[in-house]
Parts: sequence; C-alpha cells; structure tokens
Amino acid sequence: MTTLTKQPGRASGRSGSHHGRKPQPAKRSMTSRLGDLKIALFFIFPAVIGFVAFFLIPTIRGIYLSFTEYSILGEPTWIGIDNYTAIFADELFWNAMGVTLQYVALNIGFQTVIALGLALLMHRVAKSTFIRGALLLPFLVANVIVALLWFWMLDYQLGIVNEIMSWVGLPRVAFFGSEQWAIPTIAFVNVWRHMGYTALLIFAGLQSIPNHLYEVANLDGASPTRTFWSVTMPLLRPVLVLVLVVTVIGSFQVFDTVAVTTNGGPVNASRVIQMYIYQKAFGESDFGYASALSVILFVILALVAFVQMKFLKGNESDLD
Amino acid sequence: MTTSTITRKKPLNWRRIGAWVLVAVAVAVTIAPFLWMLRTALSSNSALASNAGNLLPADFSWGAFKRVLGLQSTEEAIADGGSGAAINFWLYLRNSVIFATITTAGQVFFSAMAAYAFARLRWPGRNKVFAVFLTTMMVPPIFTALPNFLMIKNLGLLNTMAGMSLPFLFMTPFAIFFLRQFFLSMSREVEEAAMLDGAKHLRIFFQIVLPNAAAPIATLALLTFIGQWNEYFWPLLVGQDENVRVLTVGLSVFKSQSPQGALDWSGLMAGTLVAALPIFLLFIAFGKKVVNSIGFSGIK
Repeated sequence: MTTLTKQPGRASGRSGSHHGRKPQPAKRSMTSRLGDLKIALFFIFPAVIGFVAFFLIPTIRGIYLSFTEYSILGEPTWIGIDNYTAIFADELFWNAMGVTLQYVALNIGFQTVIALGLALLMHRVAKSTFIRGALLLPFLVANVIVALLWFWMLDYQLGIVNEIMSWVGLPRVAFFGSEQWAIPTIAFVNVWRHMGYTALLIFAGLQSIPNHLYEVANLDGASPTRTFWSVTMPLLRPVLVLVLVVTVIGSFQVFDTVAVTTNGGPVNASRVIQMYIYQKAFGESDFGYASALSVILFVILALVAFVQMKFLKGNESDLD
Repeated sequence: MTTSTITRKKPLNWRRIGAWVLVAVAVAVTIAPFLWMLRTALSSNSALASNAGNLLPADFSWGAFKRVLGLQSTEEAIADGGSGAAINFWLYLRNSVIFATITTAGQVFFSAMAAYAFARLRWPGRNKVFAVFLTTMMVPPIFTALPNFLMIKNLGLLNTMAGMSLPFLFMTPFAIFFLRQFFLSMSREVEEAAMLDGAKHLRIFFQIVLPNAAAPIATLALLTFIGQWNEYFWPLLVGQDENVRVLTVGLSVFKSQSPQGALDWSGLMAGTLVAALPIFLLFIAFGKKVVNSIGFSGIK
C-alpha cells in the first residue's frame, strides 16, 4: 500500500529489468532476436487498437480538419491556413485567451501557495491520514457537483456566503453574475477543489527529503525560515516543477465548472478557450475552425510544459 | 509509513498551536460546504429564501430527496418549490454505474495486458513503442474529442453506451505506465520457476502477475472508477439522450431546466448529494488507499 508512494519502487524496477536482461547469451538465433514478439503482440493488441483508433488517428484527423472548412454535414473542404488567419484576427479568440490566462494565473497562483502551505503543515504537524483524506475529498467529487454546490453557496440572493458577508456589513457580490467576478470566482472554486490534492503531491515530495538534512540545518542553528529557503525549497524543486506542469496544463483546459455555472458569460467574461472550442464545434457546427483552435491549444500546452521543464530544470534533482 | 516523526526538540508551543489552528481551518473550509449541501437538501425549497442565514435545515423535509428519486408527484413537487420538471434519477444512476464500470474494467484489464508486454516480455522495438504510447499523455482530451466525436457519429454510435465507452475502453497511457512500474519491480523468480515448469505466458499473467499486483491494480481501478464516474465532457458530447445520460450530465440538465432565478436548490443539492454518495462510500471504504497512492500517481 505505502510502496505506492515510494521512489525506491521505481529504482528497483529499473534495476529489476536490467537484471532480467543480463543472463542472455551473446550469440542469438533469429527466433531469440524476435524474443517474445508473438506473445507480446497478443498482449498489446487491445491497447494498440485503443491507441490507434482513439489517439493516433484522431490526432492526425484533428490536424487535417484544422485546414478545412467542415460543418459536419457533407465533406470537409481544404482551405489551407484560412482558419488560422481568421483566428488571429478573431477578437473572441483573443478574449478567450485573455480570460483563460487570467483564470490560469489566479488558479495556479493561489492553489500552489495554499497547497505548499498545507503540505508543510501536514509534514510538520498533521501527518494523519484522516486529515489528508479530508483535504482530498473535494478532488474526488465531480467538477459538476462542486460547481453546482458553489453556485448555490455563492448565489446573490440566497447564498450563504453573501449572507455572511452582509452580516459583517460587506455589500453583496454577484459572484457568477458579474463580468468582473466571474473568472476569479471560478478560479476560486477550483482552488478549493484542487488544493488538497496538490498539497498531497507536494507532501509526497517533502517526505522524500532526507531527515538528516533538517537535523544538520538545526544543529547549524538555522532558523525555520532559513531552513525552508535553503533546504526545503531547493530539494522540493523537481517535485514542484512537475506539480506545476501537471496543474497548469489541467488549468488551461478548464471547462466543466464554466459550462455548469456561467456558460461563458456574462457577455464574454468567462468564455475560456475550451468553452470557445466547444461552442464553435457544437453550437455553430464549425468543426474546421474548432479543430484549428484546439491545435493552437495543444501547441500552447506543449510549449508551456517544455518551457517549465527547461526553465525550472524540473528533471534535475539537487539531491545528488 | 516510516515512523520518523521529526525528532527535533519541541518547538515553541504557540507555533504548534498556530499550525494546528491552520490545519483545523483548512479542514473546516473543506468539509463545511458538504454539510451545507446536506443542510440544503434537507430543507423545503420554498422555505430557503426566508431562512438564508439559518444554519439548520429550513423547514426540515425529505421532499427534495423524494423529488429527485421520483417518489413525489408533480403537484407535490411544485407545492414544495420544485420546478415540476422530471429528473429520471434512477436511470441516470444506472447509466453512470454501467458507464464507469465498463470503462474501468476494460481500461484496467487491457492496460495490464499491455503493461505486462512492456515490462516482462522481450521483443524488438519494445521501448520505442512504449515511448510512443507515453507521448499521448501530452495530448489534451479536447484535441482528440472533436475527431472522436465525428468517428462515433459516423459509426452511428451517438447516444449509445458503446459510443460513450469506446474511447476509454482500451487503455490510457497513464494506466499502462502505472502498472508497468509495478510489473517491473516484481521478482522474476516465481515467474521463471513457472516457466521452467512449462507454464505459458497467458497462465503466468493470470495466475502469477495479476494476483501479485492485486493491490496496485485495485488502486488504479479505484482511481479510474472515480474519474469515470465524474466524467462530464465526453458524455456531454455523445450521451445527451435520456437513455444513456449519466449523472453529471443529468444534474446540469436538471439545473438548466429550472426557470432562471427560481432554481429548485433543495432538489439540486439532494441530487448532487446522491450523485456524490458512491464516491463518499468508496472513500470511506478505501480512502487510505487513495490518499497513499497520490504522490506517485499524480506526478507521472
């Protein structure tokens, strides 16, 4: 059970496979070069079907469709890069990008800081599985359910949050209903849903930092703040980078919460990029344009992951 | 878990107290909304407006649950503040169970087969094929969703359970990666002994590998099931029809059916509560497993 979280599982895994390869004799006949090919083909056959039919072909087809005009009825017609030139002149696209970036910045910013704080708390004082479980709960509940719950709690008239705000003398806020608040509200809802999960990811990273380093820092008389910046943060960096890559990529694809609460409104205030793709494809039957939009989203996500890994050197550990 | 609670000298006491207060606040912020969900579901919808700040159920009633579960007549429902719109909750519940179960079973089993081939068999091109599989982890779901929708539509499978399940049925790169790690770390000795006895790969897979990896497979299945239970986007695209509509889609339809400004909040919260109930139950039963699996699963 706990072996799941441990790095050594991976390391021993690697050495295990190495060990397995060792006893092979140097000279090999044709059949042994093919090894277990036949039986392997049998074992990967279903996965290959899934891979080809639902990942590979759709990826190629998606790229192809982005160069066509296709309204689902009839055949796609090739129009070159017209979709892309149209997108770059499309105000709604830039609006969607702006809204999405605003969402990602708010969501990731708050979520990462809160999760880091929670992870440190879990690591220092509250190691109990019960507390970790409680904090994880919102993440296990569907986006749709979380969205509806907060849609109710943040309701302008009857919501408990506005009720509490009016008790303490604050003015009521139309959280989902005002252009100014829609995106911050959606970002907050998803911070609430993800903070425990993200904290657990970071917590797992904290546990892999050897205890003796803290002891040394303590003996040297380092203050907790100093220890945090000089021991914890540098050693946590690879984990933090991975967490950031995963959460930022997920954050760019926000959809469910928007679809259930604001549906992109008011006006265009919360029409995030995936909502825009959805509306283009299924509202306006413009599959070519929608495909081009999703190619752009794909490229952005790949770039984001690449830049984060390079810039923050996520694949190098300071532990060695 | 290691028993190494930090063995430094006791830090200043108020520091610890402060930390615990923060933990308590975090837990409260996490749990309170669920209690509010329950409180609203046990209220009469018509009484909510005049009791917005009352922490106890407003005019306690099981009406919302009855309404959602179809145990209340339309007249009663309207009198109780419902919209009178039908929500076929049992049907959606059945669909969610079927959808999540089929996709979880297929995905975990076929991924385990593939993971076995990648971890335990030797064949040319193995690592390259595995690398290609892994790259698909980078493809955002929306990107493949549009072409997949077109394919399912062309196959005439819109609004069928087959159309909803197929894209999830065979594999995910993550599931293969996850299981491959465990298969790699398993000892080869038993397997080699069986091989000497003339056991074939199929038997080794079913009788040695799968039973030995029961724990990680159960964890994976649990995580997959929760994910599939919560899936919204794909069922929204291909499963609009009542006959295959799952709970997530059903709830969003239920919300949008009500007249604006006069939502049946009690009904809605009762619906979300019942929809989340299986997750709560799974969580109570297997929460520890889920919690302990997070570090590994989330990162790769």
